[in-house]
Amino acid sequence: MLDDIDRRLLRHLMADPAMATSALANRAGVSPAVAARRLDRLRDSGALRGIRAAIDWAALGYQVEVSLRFTLDKTVATAFDDFLAAARAVPEVLEIQTFLGRVDVRLSIVARDMAHYQQIYRQKILALPHIADIESLMELARIKTAGQLPI
Amino acid sequence: MTLDATDRALLRLLEADATQPASTLGRALGLSQPATWRRIQRLERAGVLCGRWLDLDLEKLGFGVTVFLGVKLATKGRVSLEDFERAVIAIPEVQTVSHVLGLYDYRLRVVARDLADFERVLRRRIMTLPGVGNVEANVLLSEERRPGPIC
Repeated sequence: MLDDIDRRLLRHLMADPAMATSALANRAGVSPAVAARRLDRLRDSGALRGIRAAIDWAALGYQVEVSLRFTLDKTVATAFDDFLAAARAVPEVLEIQTFLGRVDVRLSIVARDMAHYQQIYRQKILALPHIADIESLMELARIKTAGQLPI
Repeated sequence: MTLDATDRALLRLLEADATQPASTLGRALGLSQPATWRRIQRLERAGVLCGRWLDLDLEKLGFGVTVFLGVKLATKGRVSLEDFERAVIAIPEVQTVSHVLGLYDYRLRVVARDLADFERVLRRRIMTLPGVGNVEANVLLSEERRPGPIC
């Protein structure tokens, strides 16, 4: 379980994931050795899976981001597995989530522009297996991006 | 900006672990440390590398429930979008907010300790937001992030 030191370290690291361990230790009020040991422990426990680089797809020319919500044909026993395996093979897919609710699966997709999106949608998305229904939401703006957890 | 095969491989490595030193990345790519450093600098200047994020196992941190909410505003025009946005980003359990075009006006990612805690957040924080109308909830079962079209 997390104690106060872990929580303090995570709070500061969430606020600035690029912070060096020495600066982080300083902010959290512990020695650098303690901070390093705690971070190692959080990694070993699997709670901290990693510190990853964020890629701005718009800077690479991918101007369109669409959230596609699927309902699958559940009369087919392997519908989920087949669908997920096929979705993983589409390079423009950034996120795959499965849900309990009205929606079964959500894919987040990037495309260069609307013409490119239409091409991906027709050739790759509609070709995915066992689709019963699709709804699409176009991302207009990110108002808040993942930052702080209430820990 | 256009990427060559080495840039793409570098982005994939940084997407997996942004804390690797340039010397380690260079060894993996067959580049010298300064050459690797120059490529990272170029990607940062172009805005392609736009920061870092913590990949956390929320369940191990005590947040057993993640719910995606589709929110439709009931009183568009009367209550401004700004009022809703200002209020929603201040809720600590709301991790991300996207302004979307389609079935809903906003998509929220909400974390909670368990379903009872989620109910509290929904009733006390979400349903009391200014202008909130229809809300659809889908409980996250699984999630994977894909490398995207840099392969």
